[in-house]
Amino acid sequence: MKPRSKRLVLLGGAVALLVGAVALVLTAFQQNLVFFHTPTEVAEGKAPTGRAFRIGGLVEQGSIKRAADGLTVQFAITDTAKVIPVTYKGSLPDLFSEGKGAVVQGTMGPDGQFKASEVLAKHDENYMPPEAQHAVDEAQKTAKTVKQ
Amino acid sequence: MIPELGHFSLILALVLAFVQAVVPLVGASRNRLALMAVGRPAAQGQFLFIVFSFGCLTWAFVTSDFSLQLAATNSHSETPLIYKITGVWGNHEGSLLLWAMSLSLWTVAVTVFSRNLPDVFMARVLGVLGCVSTGFLSFTLITSNPFDRLLPGAAQGRDLNPLLQDPGMIIHPPLLYMGYVGFSVAFAFAIAALLSGRMDAAWARWSRPWTTVAWVFLTSGIAVGSGWAYYELGWGGWWFWDPVENASFMPWLLGTALMHSLAVTEKRGAFRSWTVLLAIGAFSLSLMGTFLVRSGVLTSVHAFATDPARGLFILALLVLVIGVSLVLFAWRAPTLSGGGSFGLVSRESALLGNNVLLAVASGSVLLGTLYPLFIDALNLGKISVGPPYFETVFVPLMTPVIVLMMIGPFVRWKGDDGDRILRKVAPGLVASAALGLGLAFAIGHVSWRTVLGLSLAAWVLIGSIQILVQRIADRRGAAPGARLRSIPSSWWGMWLAHLGIGVFIIGVTMVGSLNTQIQVKMMPGDTAQLAGYTFTFRGVKDSPGANYAAARATLDVTRGDSKIATLNPEKRFYQAQQMPMTEASIDIGPFRDVYVNLGDQLEDGAWVVGLFYRPFISWIWLGCTLMALGGVFAAADRRYRRLAEREVPVGAAARQVA
Repeated sequence: MKPRSKRLVLLGGAVALLVGAVALVLTAFQQNLVFFHTPTEVAEGKAPTGRAFRIGGLVEQGSIKRAADGLTVQFAITDTAKVIPVTYKGSLPDLFSEGKGAVVQGTMGPDGQFKASEVLAKHDENYMPPEAQHAVDEAQKTAKTVKQ
Repeated sequence: MIPELGHFSLILALVLAFVQAVVPLVGASRNRLALMAVGRPAAQGQFLFIVFSFGCLTWAFVTSDFSLQLAATNSHSETPLIYKITGVWGNHEGSLLLWAMSLSLWTVAVTVFSRNLPDVFMARVLGVLGCVSTGFLSFTLITSNPFDRLLPGAAQGRDLNPLLQDPGMIIHPPLLYMGYVGFSVAFAFAIAALLSGRMDAAWARWSRPWTTVAWVFLTSGIAVGSGWAYYELGWGGWWFWDPVENASFMPWLLGTALMHSLAVTEKRGAFRSWTVLLAIGAFSLSLMGTFLVRSGVLTSVHAFATDPARGLFILALLVLVIGVSLVLFAWRAPTLSGGGSFGLVSRESALLGNNVLLAVASGSVLLGTLYPLFIDALNLGKISVGPPYFETVFVPLMTPVIVLMMIGPFVRWKGDDGDRILRKVAPGLVASAALGLGLAFAIGHVSWRTVLGLSLAAWVLIGSIQILVQRIADRRGAAPGARLRSIPSSWWGMWLAHLGIGVFIIGVTMVGSLNTQIQVKMMPGDTAQLAGYTFTFRGVKDSPGANYAAARATLDVTRGDSKIATLNPEKRFYQAQQMPMTEASIDIGPFRDVYVNLGDQLEDGAWVVGLFYRPFISWIWLGCTLMALGGVFAAADRRYRRLAEREVPVGAAARQVA
């Protein structure tokens, strides 16, 4: 091969590598996005079925219950307007408690129970997960507009 | 009084930073030696003032001076002394001061260890570092003054977040910051080279040890952070693809590419523009990491600030740095000649391939980290990108990187015979694939991920041995001992760091394939089984600490008839912050960790206990340690010290080392 065509092959190879890698990244990205919905949106049926998504809000007062096995936990997430029941099996974050903000990720079951695979809470006493804050803000905004 | 002295000292440091930014750069452009000479004392003076300022802040924390806002919100009189000290950087303002101190330390190190740089070049390097320092010190003083008073003073402090009251806090932030900030030196060298139009082998050689040392710090910082998350967060995981972790991983990936690209620029004069771009990129990503972590846009234990003015300031700084550097690059790059040419099959090609892949990997992390923030900022909804995305992307991107990584050292610079290389590496590759498959069967977990992981690890180990054997065989005539001794330290560095990657892959693959965990409800006397181990729950006792109350459980771990360990996981309650926290207990072994955490107590008196089995997890950190150690060896190579003193034409260094 002449140096010129060698250089072309090298350049072509590098570009092909780049294009292939970028295509891979974008496809994987498309398939693994997790959308966030407020409890109100979920109640209105706007959340996807059969695909994982996140809900954020406050853990409703008096809603945390443990099943007989002591390991499965049931609680409810609310944005102060709607309430979504959640079941979760696994260890809960230290700062997970009633009346505090939390974000859950999982899928909606046919029985209307949200089956969580992951529960996130805040990291210190004066910090609220932005998603949870957002859900509550949205619900309260809507509540105000309705009152007017 | 002491905080005011610290504040005043910090202002003086800013003034000196400004002097260091302006005077040497003006001197360099007018070729005035007297002006250029100002850089060094200004940098050293600045360092002293920042250290004094940092000392004043630490003093306020140690003496529990709660009339200082920062101490009142992040310390407590009952906090153990060591966490009073680490509390200084366990918050936004203090951590910025630590950032500025790291930068100043690096700058002083440049003035001390790179004394042989030409005056003009040194002046420009110090000028650029002075600009960065001016930016960060004014950011600290204007938006995040650590010396703000609280009037009237508080009687008691609110204490440091309990998650941060851990030995990890002593070393993780300083190491990580030294790594982040260290790339500013590589950046300053690149900008100085652009300014002087001098991007040759000498520049690359000056820059290399600095880049490598920064990379060593970053590698260690990330590894310590990962280990800390593993035992502290209590989920038994070691990497979560959390945006904050990603923020440190992106500059690491690009920094790794930069180290290798610098090697090509030094030895062959090629890849110059690419190297400069990588240096700008790695530093920009470090700044962006600081922005992401500190601006409060992310939900994380690392996010202290939620003041939008601060985020905006760092963002403006980031845009300024990237903008100015790229304009400078666009202006100067066309004057660069292409550098050494090389053939299709050559070490340059192998390094180029891996550079492209590492850059794409870094880009993919950037996409996954920033996209949700953009969507949110544009009010298009809220989304998140979880570990599945990163895992899907990283396996196919890193597999060729690791294969090429071990082929590269066999290939000659400039050009080589493809068939010769194939004959050399094919047996090793085939053996690795077979070994990977065999091992997967042996451990009873045959999935494509396990087979691929084990094969890659085998390839790294086999390749490492082969490279070493060849390296010794190449030096014919000498006695074996002398041959070993003649290998330069930088070569050992490369060898160790690459071997470290193999060890790391073993850890990741084994944990990913064989880890198991269960949650059980236990009463005193109950037993549970996991991965061949028997856990006997002995009950829970009160065990108060200095600033917390704790329930401490005792579990005996046995395997067959032999006793393995007694583990004591705790559930703590920190009084000052009214915050509960689980403290896991781990029996660490060379081939497996047994990990226990204590959950809630149920109404019937039983406790929820989490049991985790983590095979080969220590190998992950062992691998990182080898990588960092490799970096130390590479940076300690004698030729950086020797060659710094005299100019050597391009290629001479290559012949010595290759």
